[in-house]
Amino acid sequence: MSQPLLKLDHATIRFGGLTAVSKFSLEVQPCELIGLIGPNGAGKTTAFNMITGVYQPTEGHIHLNGKSIAGVKPHALTREGIARTFQNIRLFGSLSVLDNVRAAMQLHCKHGVRAALWRGANFRKLEGDVESRAIELLEIFKLGDLKDEEAKSLPYGDQRKLEIVRALATRPKLLLLDEPAAGMNPTEKEELMHLIRFIKDKFQIAVMLVEHDMTVVMGICERIAVLEYGIKIAEGTPEQIQRDPKVIAAYLGTETEKEEPADA
Amino acid sequence: MDWLLQQLINGLALGSIYALIALGYTMVYGVLRFINFAHADVLMLGAYAAYFLAPAVGGIFPLPSFTGTLIILLLSAMICAGIGILIEILAYRPLRHRPRLTVLITAIGVSLLIEFTCQHKAVFGADTKPFPQLLPEHDFNLGGLVISSNDLVVVVTTLLLLGIMWFIVQRTKMGTAMRAVSFNQQAAALMGININRIISFTFGLGSALAAVAGILYAMKAPGIDPLMGVQPGLRAFIAAVLGGIGSLPGAALGGLLLGLLETFAGGISGLSNYRDGIAFAILILILLFKPAGLLGKATIEKV
Amino acid sequence: MSSTLNPSSTVGAKRWLIAGIALAVVVSMFSAQFNRYHLGIIIDIGINIILAVSLNLINGHTGQFSLGHAGFMAVGGYTAAKISLVASPLLPPALQPVIFLFALLAGGGLAALTGLGVGVPSLRLRGDYLAIVTLGFGEIIRVIVQNMESVGAASGLKGIPKFTTLGWTFSLAAVTIYFVTALVNSTYGRGFIAVSDDEVAASSMGINPVRYKVTAFVTGAFFAGIAGGLYAHHKQFLSPTGFDFLKSIDIVVMVILGGMGRTAGVVVAAIVLTLLPEVLRQFSEYRMIIYSLLIIVLMMARPQGLFTWNRKKGGAA
Repeated sequence: MSQPLLKLDHATIRFGGLTAVSKFSLEVQPCELIGLIGPNGAGKTTAFNMITGVYQPTEGHIHLNGKSIAGVKPHALTREGIARTFQNIRLFGSLSVLDNVRAAMQLHCKHGVRAALWRGANFRKLEGDVESRAIELLEIFKLGDLKDEEAKSLPYGDQRKLEIVRALATRPKLLLLDEPAAGMNPTEKEELMHLIRFIKDKFQIAVMLVEHDMTVVMGICERIAVLEYGIKIAEGTPEQIQRDPKVIAAYLGTETEKEEPADA
Repeated sequence: MDWLLQQLINGLALGSIYALIALGYTMVYGVLRFINFAHADVLMLGAYAAYFLAPAVGGIFPLPSFTGTLIILLLSAMICAGIGILIEILAYRPLRHRPRLTVLITAIGVSLLIEFTCQHKAVFGADTKPFPQLLPEHDFNLGGLVISSNDLVVVVTTLLLLGIMWFIVQRTKMGTAMRAVSFNQQAAALMGININRIISFTFGLGSALAAVAGILYAMKAPGIDPLMGVQPGLRAFIAAVLGGIGSLPGAALGGLLLGLLETFAGGISGLSNYRDGIAFAILILILLFKPAGLLGKATIEKV
Repeated sequence: MSSTLNPSSTVGAKRWLIAGIALAVVVSMFSAQFNRYHLGIIIDIGINIILAVSLNLINGHTGQFSLGHAGFMAVGGYTAAKISLVASPLLPPALQPVIFLFALLAGGGLAALTGLGVGVPSLRLRGDYLAIVTLGFGEIIRVIVQNMESVGAASGLKGIPKFTTLGWTFSLAAVTIYFVTALVNSTYGRGFIAVSDDEVAASSMGINPVRYKVTAFVTGAFFAGIAGGLYAHHKQFLSPTGFDFLKSIDIVVMVILGGMGRTAGVVVAAIVLTLLPEVLRQFSEYRMIIYSLLIIVLMMARPQGLFTWNRKKGGAA
């Protein structure tokens, strides 16, 4: 198999005495749709935070395209092709829907302070391009009509979608979605599953998602990793995961396999 | 050598006062997570309370005397505790769930309001007033060293109050509740702790300490004026940050360190003119290299 | 702050800038008609507009609470004043405006450099910590100036040539407004507001928060320095006490009153707050009491500012 896009090698992070994620190893291939599941507090979001550079692993390594990301700041990692959404929605609330996407596009926008001040023909053309690209992305998620609304005034489901659009605007190779379906109704979830598959194929990106909704996870993921108490207890296809006794135990809480929880 | 020891004594006395004021900043920061700019002005009000109480108390217990001073200290502390609680209820409580910046600006507004109101000629007036002698003064000569009785009183009072504070916070129910509120306000409220009462208590306690500090400061200063709190207030705030804001031992340590550093720097010719700047330079250095302070805990922002 | 960027409306911005400068210069030609007292106040207004609009880039758009604007103003003011004091007598009258321009730019430049020096290390800090560091920085500047014999130390710097005119002041105010507005109203500039709204999310979107904050800080400091230079050549006298904590608070209040991140509102606030003390002249002893009450009441009743209006129009960013 080709070089993995993302490689976690025994990534461990401790907060004081608590080991939130322990020796987590995982490979993500380009254009793969992978799920990360586990009970509440299993360390899924923490894993995301390590991958995106928000937290630095205490031990272990993370490689992106074969390069170590140790010490790389989140904004620089975005430049390298990692984008994410947040579990607790972190839009730029006071900006319009369009400007949320636009802000994420400054990364690939060639002009800076000088062009903004001079406002020449080139600047206007670039701004026009940025705008049409942003609208194009918004249209995929049917948010085009809402482009002038204030982001924080959007309904919950639309805010989640806007987070995905905003992340896509950074042109990622790996998109991390943190509970994208949370708070959505069944119809919206159905639509979301379709959209995630669509953007994965259209933009040729790998998608990694943390999700509690099993219909969504089992429905779209090609591969799933399961975390419990910060430890990976299983990895495989949806079918394998559904049959895995450890996973069933973790979710249903039966006493088979109940080892001492790691450090927790 | 004598010079060093002498500076050490002066520094300890000054640092003790900073420590007392810093405790107030740090406690309020602990429960409400904001810098109470008006704290410095409560200190000034404490000194003025003593100034106005002195003749009345002196009528019963002729000053200078220890009994009279003790009564003045207690009364001023009570008055300032009341003022502190009132400030919180009127100005900060309505803003409890607003952005911290809003509260910070309000605190600056309250501080300015107190300063300008007190400077008005119908209140205290802007001029410097001589502070009455409360305690009998005596300089002890220890082979070249001069220790004034005032300095001794300052250090002893501070140690005593630090002990009392430690007891209140660590050993009483109120103190446990304070710590709970500072740890997690919502959880504390769910456990049946009356948040408003704890916050009022904290403001009261901090303001009482500020009053004592104000009087001790005034005893060493040439006189009192409505802006007298500003400089020691800023220093004490820096001390609180130096020690780790939110940490009581940190505030005490920070106060002492700052007092010592300032006294030593002030004693070196050439540096003495920059005394005002030194405290801030120290603050900036700490925030850059150890933002959590000497005894503070680093926190991780949850994403 | 919520305005949607509208390229078509910002295209004409350069024309507005030129119109603004032209208007300032034309009005300036008639300034002899003004009563000296009124003229003085109008220039004060212009200087305060520069200060408030530049601080708005830091405090409003970028959401970094700085209490040190008076410090940057002092750096710019003293630098510019010292340059004209030295250079002005040496050069012919025709070159005086050149000296002034150079002095202003040098003052702004040094203020910007100071801003870089203060900003790079301290902008990692958040909220009230940053406020305290910038406050401390302002105090340090004051202490340094107080001890510098070459700029008059505590007794002040006297005899600064009167170069500041209505034309200079309002041309530069127009430049400041243009600069800040144009900067923020671009794809690049949305980054400032993104940092202000949510720093963590911003950095996850490839926005380098430190870079944006430092840019805002340095730009703000530069214009504060320019304002300081104008102030020095307007009052013809500088004293360290003129740049104390209270001056920084004054500028902050203008920004808050105008509505953080809303340039138009901030300009209005700068005008109103410059005029207010003049109007309240007969109550001068209560002036500062009213002022501090105003801050408190404002924070309770309208923390979003007084001069903010319907955001549908959106042009205020």
